[in-house]
Amino acid sequence: MTPVLRICHLYPDLLNLYGDRGNIMVLAQRARWRGVDVAIVEVTLGGTAPSDADLYFLGGGEDRQQRIAADDLAARQGGPLTDAAAAGAVVLGVCGGYQLLGRFYRPAGGGDLPGVGLLDLWTEHPGAGSPRLIGNLVVQPAGDGPALIGFENHGGRTYLGPGARPLGRVVSGFGNNGRDGGEGAVAARVYGTYLHGPLLPKNPVFADRLIREAMERRYPGCELAPLPEVLEEQARASVLTRTGRPAGA
Amino acid sequence: MRIADAEHAAAPRGAGPRGEERVRPRLTAAIALGKATATLSRALGWGGGTTVPGRVARVVEPNVVALLSARLRLGSVVVAGTNGKTTTAHLLAHIMRARGRSPVHNRAGANLAAGIASALVAHADVLGRPRGDLGIFEVDEATVPRVVPAIAPRTAVFLNLFRDQLDRYGEIDAIAGLWRSGGAGWARDLGVVANADDPLVADAVRDLPGRLVPFGIEDERHGRPALEHTAEARYCYRCGTAYVYTVTYFGHMGRWRCPGCGAARPEPEFTACDLAPLAPDGSEFAIRERETGGVARVRTVLPGLYNVYNVLAAVAAARSLGVPLDAAAAAVASFAPAFGRAERVLVDGREVRLLLVKNPAGFNEVLRVVLSEGPLPVVLIAINDRTADGRDVSWLWDVDAEMLVGRATRAVVTGLRAGDMALRLHYAGLPRDAIEVEPAYDHALRRALDLAAGGRLYVLPTYTAMLALRAVLQRWGVVRGFWET
Ligand SMILES: [Zn+2]
Repeated sequence: MTPVLRICHLYPDLLNLYGDRGNIMVLAQRARWRGVDVAIVEVTLGGTAPSDADLYFLGGGEDRQQRIAADDLAARQGGPLTDAAAAGAVVLGVCGGYQLLGRFYRPAGGGDLPGVGLLDLWTEHPGAGSPRLIGNLVVQPAGDGPALIGFENHGGRTYLGPGARPLGRVVSGFGNNGRDGGEGAVAARVYGTYLHGPLLPKNPVFADRLIREAMERRYPGCELAPLPEVLEEQARASVLTRTGRPAGA
Repeated sequence: MRIADAEHAAAPRGAGPRGEERVRPRLTAAIALGKATATLSRALGWGGGTTVPGRVARVVEPNVVALLSARLRLGSVVVAGTNGKTTTAHLLAHIMRARGRSPVHNRAGANLAAGIASALVAHADVLGRPRGDLGIFEVDEATVPRVVPAIAPRTAVFLNLFRDQLDRYGEIDAIAGLWRSGGAGWARDLGVVANADDPLVADAVRDLPGRLVPFGIEDERHGRPALEHTAEARYCYRCGTAYVYTVTYFGHMGRWRCPGCGAARPEPEFTACDLAPLAPDGSEFAIRERETGGVARVRTVLPGLYNVYNVLAAVAAARSLGVPLDAAAAAVASFAPAFGRAERVLVDGREVRLLLVKNPAGFNEVLRVVLSEGPLPVVLIAINDRTADGRDVSWLWDVDAEMLVGRATRAVVTGLRAGDMALRLHYAGLPRDAIEVEPAYDHALRRALDLAAGGRLYVLPTYTAMLALRAVLQRWGVVRGFWET
């Protein structure tokens, strides 16, 4: 029987600021190119996320959209998402979606946005006078693997608690808060990052890792055949050149 | 709509014997230095000096924009919005020239304060006397509140608001807020020519002083039933309820209303109807003016629904300057596209058409235009990530590149971020071997011309990639320089 990857895309109409749907396209195509069927469920305001998906994705939104999504997420999806993560599903949040996976987001003017608390972290906006953290971002992932490459654009500064580790160290750019050199967060199979661009097209090794982890539960020992990565290497090289890093780093 | 008889009016700002002709030594020095900088810049091959002369002049005389624009006998018009500023400003200038006016306008894309100052300096003699009688300035969305108090326009045109270059502007809400906050700088008799079909624009201009002149399309045959996923305005900016659209035309433009707070598309004063698209060679439609009941048919070589909005805006602005409707409509027919916006170039007898792409909604419209005549052997796409292009290329993933699958045999991609575009095309479904990455602009252009095999070649560049490709075309001797256009 053909294996199936079940993806749940949360709030695609609200959290879609930086080409975020590109992440879904990459997950789906890279699975299909390996002969895996893909089922994508989109959940938006008033809906309820299934608790049996293999991978959950949340993108970023503008302040207004993020507030609308945050209330609905906390009220309706916290349960299914927590259950799924506890059962080993992969959860990926990018930018605003990353912030909402934490405990709370504190805007400059107060009025905290609730998070779902899947990651032990919180985010604060330091005030209207503080610059947004904007630019190309290169991160060396914890453990092994090629650099993660993308673009960041966020006003909030994220701080990790003891229950979460950074996804990697900033090589070029700002990362979580522009101060402690950490970027993103990971706890078990829950991932958050400020890397967009979107994240996955230029980071195929990371994309395949997510697909493998998402499928492992129901298809133990599943292998993903290698794919040609010439275009990916060209795209990665252009960012590394723009940030003053040698190609191939 | 009340039309001031401005065609023959004196300056609207109580100018006249206000001492404008008085010699101001500092202004004279600013103009002289600005002009010298422009000459030097050209001599050194740095380009046309579209912003540096203004920057230099403003150092010497910070009020150079206010002092020089006050001397324009017929006042000024500003044009703002994410898409179509350059085309609309050039269209309006063309209409006004046909009426015997002599407009002063800034260069394509030079739409920050320095670019406007450069244009004013270039069009004045050293005593500060303008060579022109009407200012028409395209103004960057975020620069609107800074330059408006200096220019004190009599008409302001607001075309649309898209997520464009978010890395520069932050978020779209911030831009709408900036327009509203410009309130105190606006003249009370301002004509606010605004796109009724864009809820973001409608919301952003609602507290501006002056009289609102909304424009919009009314031809449901050319509408689409659903919002594109690139659409930014899904939720009401006042109350957070999802907008209800009965029809959309381009991006989030359409007939909208908010069931939550009752905000709705304002009734247009100028309407485009009875549309007959002739894409990619332009379109034909009727413009109806509500108050007078006047109707005029328009034919334009500008393709796509997005250009219908540009034509409508230019005609509405011309009406606010007192131009008769049929005269404005007639002038549109003889307008040739501006600089990279559907510009046609001949290379050894083969047609190259440049269609600027800046954001997903515009890119989608351009794709619809270029694919409207059937499958193509090749398209050339050129993506840069310099400041003027937007440093963040993630917007490429909001483009419906899937439209090209099965309809373009090959894609040649170039520019600093050619790799990102190539990846986008591949994930859209174009086979890897149908995508050619060619980093050098001249090689990419040559290769695409070869693949086009004598047919028309469509080139889709971002702004600075367009400048780079035009520089190649200039070296080949087929287009004139940036500053000569
Ligand atoms: Zn509302």
